Amino acid sequence: MNENFLVRHRQLLIVWALLLTVPVWLPMLGGYTALAGRVVVFALAAMSFNMLLGFTGIMSFGHAAYFGLGAYGCGLFLKFVTASTLLGVLAGTLLGGIAGTLFGLLLVRRRGVYFAMVTIAFGQVCFYIAYKWDDFTGGYDGLRGFSRAPIDFGLFKLDLASSNNAFYYFVVAIFGLAVGLQALILKSPFGRTMLAIRENERRARFLGIPIEKHIWLAFSISCFFTALAGSLYALLNNFADPLGLNYIMSGNIVMITVMGGMRTFWGPLVGAVLFVALQDYVSSMTTNWMFFVGLTFVCVVLFFPRGLMGMLQKRAGT
Amino acid sequence: MELVAFNLANGLIVGAFYVLMALGLSLIINLSNVVNFAHGNFLAIGGYLAFSLTPYIGFWGALLVSPLLTAVFGYFIEQVLIRHVYARNHIYSLLLTFGLGFILQDACRFIWGPSPLPLGIPDILSLPITEDLFFITWYRVFMVAVVIVAVSGLFAFLRYTRVGMRIRAGTLDLDTVSALGVNVAALRSYNFAVGSFLAGLAGVLAAGQIGLNPNMGDDLIMPSFIAIIVGGVGSLTGTLLGGLLIGVAAALTTVFYPAGAEAVIYVIMAIVLLIRPRGLLGEEGMLS
Repeated sequence: MNENFLVRHRQLLIVWALLLTVPVWLPMLGGYTALAGRVVVFALAAMSFNMLLGFTGIMSFGHAAYFGLGAYGCGLFLKFVTASTLLGVLAGTLLGGIAGTLFGLLLVRRRGVYFAMVTIAFGQVCFYIAYKWDDFTGGYDGLRGFSRAPIDFGLFKLDLASSNNAFYYFVVAIFGLAVGLQALILKSPFGRTMLAIRENERRARFLGIPIEKHIWLAFSISCFFTALAGSLYALLNNFADPLGLNYIMSGNIVMITVMGGMRTFWGPLVGAVLFVALQDYVSSMTTNWMFFVGLTFVCVVLFFPRGLMGMLQKRAGT
Repeated sequence: MELVAFNLANGLIVGAFYVLMALGLSLIINLSNVVNFAHGNFLAIGGYLAFSLTPYIGFWGALLVSPLLTAVFGYFIEQVLIRHVYARNHIYSLLLTFGLGFILQDACRFIWGPSPLPLGIPDILSLPITEDLFFITWYRVFMVAVVIVAVSGLFAFLRYTRVGMRIRAGTLDLDTVSALGVNVAALRSYNFAVGSFLAGLAGVLAAGQIGLNPNMGDDLIMPSFIAIIVGGVGSLTGTLLGGLLIGVAAALTTVFYPAGAEAVIYVIMAIVLLIRPRGLLGEEGMLS
């Protein structure tokens, strides 16, 4: 029985074995733990986005909005309301998620390129608000003046402020809960319906599925998770950046997803590893990083459209 | 009153820019279903080419030649990159042009340098038209005139030439056009070149007004998207209307509430999407 269990869940086991031992092996490769934190946060954002792209077949190009709103929501809450890390994360998640839910109402009847364009435009609205509302959001310079606070569980205290490893495990724990929930959603009848819409929207409609309602719900769920990732990003940097709301960030989230493999559950995590490594490496080597990042995008689209995980799965014949 | 007149004139000029950009984008979206994120970078290339050409052929020569070169460049890019993703999920064309935009922007920075450059315009164009209307230079009038000529030319091209008619037909029903023996691949390439021409022309005009920098197109691309959404995807007349509408609306908002100038175009978009989801002149079912 055990062997069978190991084989069936080998992806899951590999992923978690690697994630949980990061503070051990990453320094040996010359990385630092905060880098891994960034990977996990981007991975959560991209996996949340992939619920739409990979599993519902809906193409949003404006997820930076919900990511950034999560970051600002969390930061503003910590700065102006109370310095409680968990409540800050909750505030960020709610802000981004609710905004996404409301935008979703205007979006559900659009499809394809049109859907993408409207999501981009909505994303830019949030960017401009953060950019222009100087006295509240910090404008161009971003939001500073908050920091993650230790969490007191009564029995023990989790010192997020000074210990990078403690914060990393905090992020990984939330990541675990979130993607576990995503897996459950995808396995539920609702998740199966999302797949049906992806595979053949017209047939799903003929079967009596209320397509618009499902797309709206999927969009909303995806936005809540993306905003959660955004709140963690604000905590990671103790900073919320207006560029985190820009369409460039949306493009990065899409790229992470495609690079890792958009038809696979763990693909976006692999994509986040590749993307963060590439960004970190290239920007330390040359000032013309945009050229190389752009070139990578073009090459991935032209030559590796399935992404890394997609290619591995095809080779394995599953 | 003068302030309103000034901003109205300004709004029409800005709107004319949006129109040039948005019409090019719209042409490509309609026929190829590709949202060209790099369109703003084609604009920058048009402007920079004019900068390099002006010392040899003067401003007037550059105004003619630079958009043509941009069109050739667009044709080349379509042949090498864009055409490979037509048959695929739309996400790939978005990502491809998104990456292409990065590459072109850094290429401009590498070739022409990161600091802003001025584009010299003939002296006569930099004079104000009268002393009372000191805020309107001849260049602004000239820009609007060029845009009017270009847009009329485009509509005449689409209406009266063979290629133009095929482009319009392809927008409505590409399968039928293909079945009638039209080389759709070539048609899309020409169409992309026409779109790039408009971006290049906008680039030369913009460079004369605000100068050149590698990301000069970035500020224009979002309003162009919104012009298309407001006007209705699939309708070029709608795009024209949408561009002018948001240009004027943004400029008039500047008079009464300066901080809301950019916000107002998004508000217009939201209202249009709520009340008339297909856009002002869009057809129901088009690309949606």
